[in-house]
Amino acid sequence: MNRKTLTPILLFGVVAGMVGLSFAAVPIYRVFCQVTGYGGTPGVAAAAPGHTEEARKMTIRFDANTADKLAWQFKPVTPEMQVTVGDSSLAFYEATNRSDQDTWGTATFNVTPLEAGSYFVKTDCFCFESQKLAAGENVDMPVAFYIDPELEDDPYLKDVSTITLSYTFYPIPKEDWPEESL
Amino acid sequence: MATASADHHDHDHAPGFFARWFMSTNHKDIGVLYLWYAGIMGLIGGAVSLVMRMELQYPGLQVIQNLPIDAASGHVWNVLITAHGVIMVFFFVMPALIGGFGNYLLPMMIGAPDMAFPRLNNISFWLLVPSIVLLILSAIVDTGVGTGWTVYPPLSVKDPNHSGIAMDLAIFSLHLAGASSILGAVNFITTIFNMRAPGMTMHRMPLFAWAMLVTAFLLLLAVPVLGGGITMLLTDRNFGTTFFDPAGGGDPVLFQHLFWFFGHPEVYIMILPSFGLISHIISTHSKKPIFGYLGMAYAMVAIGVVGFVVWAHHMFTVGLGVNVEWYFLLATMVIAVPTGIKIFSWIATMWGGSISFTVPMLYAIALLILFTIGGVTGVALANATFDFAVHDTYYVVAHFHYTLSMGAVFGIIGAFYHWIGKMSGRQYPSVISHIQFWTFFIGVNLIFFPQHFLGMQGMPRRYPDYNDAYAGWHFISSLGSYVTFASAILFVFIVFYTIMFGRRVGANYWGEGATTLEWTVSSPPPFHTFEELPVIEKDPNHH
Repeated sequence: MNRKTLTPILLFGVVAGMVGLSFAAVPIYRVFCQVTGYGGTPGVAAAAPGHTEEARKMTIRFDANTADKLAWQFKPVTPEMQVTVGDSSLAFYEATNRSDQDTWGTATFNVTPLEAGSYFVKTDCFCFESQKLAAGENVDMPVAFYIDPELEDDPYLKDVSTITLSYTFYPIPKEDWPEESL
Repeated sequence: MATASADHHDHDHAPGFFARWFMSTNHKDIGVLYLWYAGIMGLIGGAVSLVMRMELQYPGLQVIQNLPIDAASGHVWNVLITAHGVIMVFFFVMPALIGGFGNYLLPMMIGAPDMAFPRLNNISFWLLVPSIVLLILSAIVDTGVGTGWTVYPPLSVKDPNHSGIAMDLAIFSLHLAGASSILGAVNFITTIFNMRAPGMTMHRMPLFAWAMLVTAFLLLLAVPVLGGGITMLLTDRNFGTTFFDPAGGGDPVLFQHLFWFFGHPEVYIMILPSFGLISHIISTHSKKPIFGYLGMAYAMVAIGVVGFVVWAHHMFTVGLGVNVEWYFLLATMVIAVPTGIKIFSWIATMWGGSISFTVPMLYAIALLILFTIGGVTGVALANATFDFAVHDTYYVVAHFHYTLSMGAVFGIIGAFYHWIGKMSGRQYPSVISHIQFWTFFIGVNLIFFPQHFLGMQGMPRRYPDYNDAYAGWHFISSLGSYVTFASAILFVFIVFYTIMFGRRVGANYWGEGATTLEWTVSSPPPFHTFEELPVIEKDPNHH
């Protein structure tokens, strides 16, 4: 094969590779956010490690949002609470289906300041699963979490005493509802 | 533009009109087609901006509610800014610099008889015709596309104004323009790597060839990512995927990463060919070889490489971590180093030279001054802390128009004046062209310099109306756009006057400063050039 044939073949290979990379960016981006807590993505773990002697106290504030196509009222039961770094804590959100139809929803979440994302660890959360609310139903939704004690060593969070946990509930389209509801 | 009568003495005969211009595989003819195409698109894109400046001349709404688009005035405004941005980037600057001057000059400069793949070259050009048809359709069906050239979701996916087919047409238009660019890039790289004349080593190539080589690699690596991003947008819109929809686990910020991974190299794709062109203009009209040839070439390579790792400085406000912003801040500032090497080398080229202030030289010097202003505001904007204050204000608008309207576009117009004698065999009329330069120079500065003040005072981008406090500078900016547009009309007149009535010129009408190979053939060049390859025996950059 002469060079004038080989060159464009290699170059079109580069183009195909870049198209592939642009699609590969989707899973890479997701994994990157989970591993690093980048963009305020909280972590997930089985149990809290417990607090140390000099653990500081922090204020956790709770924020709730609902997508406009989901007729739920969704709000935290208490707007904020004090927690000790390292200790497991339990908070509740309250959701009410204000429509006359059964609906499914799923919640996305993040924390601010964004740097705190990787230290905000959930052990259990209503956001791990899709939620079903019957027409008019009202439920309390729990989230169990702790603040990783390594936060104390992060220079960027030295002055941070308040972390905000935010959820946004989205409707699940009917065709994607889990089996049991059909 | 090249007239058939001038070529009678050649052995080769140009085909008839239809075969020559509609089935062309000749690099010079395709270059000329690209230049006409870009010229027409530049006037359309400029006319859109004129309408925008008329609207912004006074506070309140006076123009856009009279346009035949059935939507809220804010959306109509967005349709205008989108049309202006997309037309100027994809259908004016890129076709003019890469397709136009690239096709016309590059094979001659490296002593090649044509591009490596002449038929591919033909496809590259003609893909742009359905592309612009789709884009114009996208602006007039439904309520048009009002997303800006960045087509960010959720605006481009969820917004009721974009629920129709218009957005899909715009995406297909960008697909075609992207395919055209990629085919062109493959063609340029293959030509440069394999078809240089004997003795024309890489380190003897003219700087415009280096500029085109770096540009082609940027296109090759960046444009497929845009293609991927807008394809995901298309499936999010039409096939229920959720790449950028948080409800399904996606993230709209991911699109911004993909877009700017393309978008930032794209701004170098627009400016590097201009850098290459003005290197020749400055060297020719200073009658000196370019100062620091190797530094100039590798500065462009450095700009291209670093340009790929700075994209998130367009996204400082989306919520990046402090360390991430710190990195993108520093990496962005690093680009000022190779750019500074180029600016100082151009000044050093002029230093001690026998400078003739011809119109192309004036455009080149103006580019140096104005691009440097744009570069300084660019370094200012690279500071994430400052960017938070002026993000999406007219300060940013002023910054990128100084680099592109005065960088890329001054390069295009300067190169036109420099090479039109070569292309048409006729020289531009000097006095009226000087008037055209000065009106254009004053006009664009009147438009964009006050926009720095507007931005610093908080005037946001993408609004058709504003607080009365901004009225003064907006009024001056609008006056500037009238001066500029009048100068553009004068330029159109000069183009037609030159190719019809201009004074005939010989092969090398610039004299001793013009050393590249295109000056060794007649003006206009014969239909086929360098069928017998020229041999380069000494380094043209060290004479």
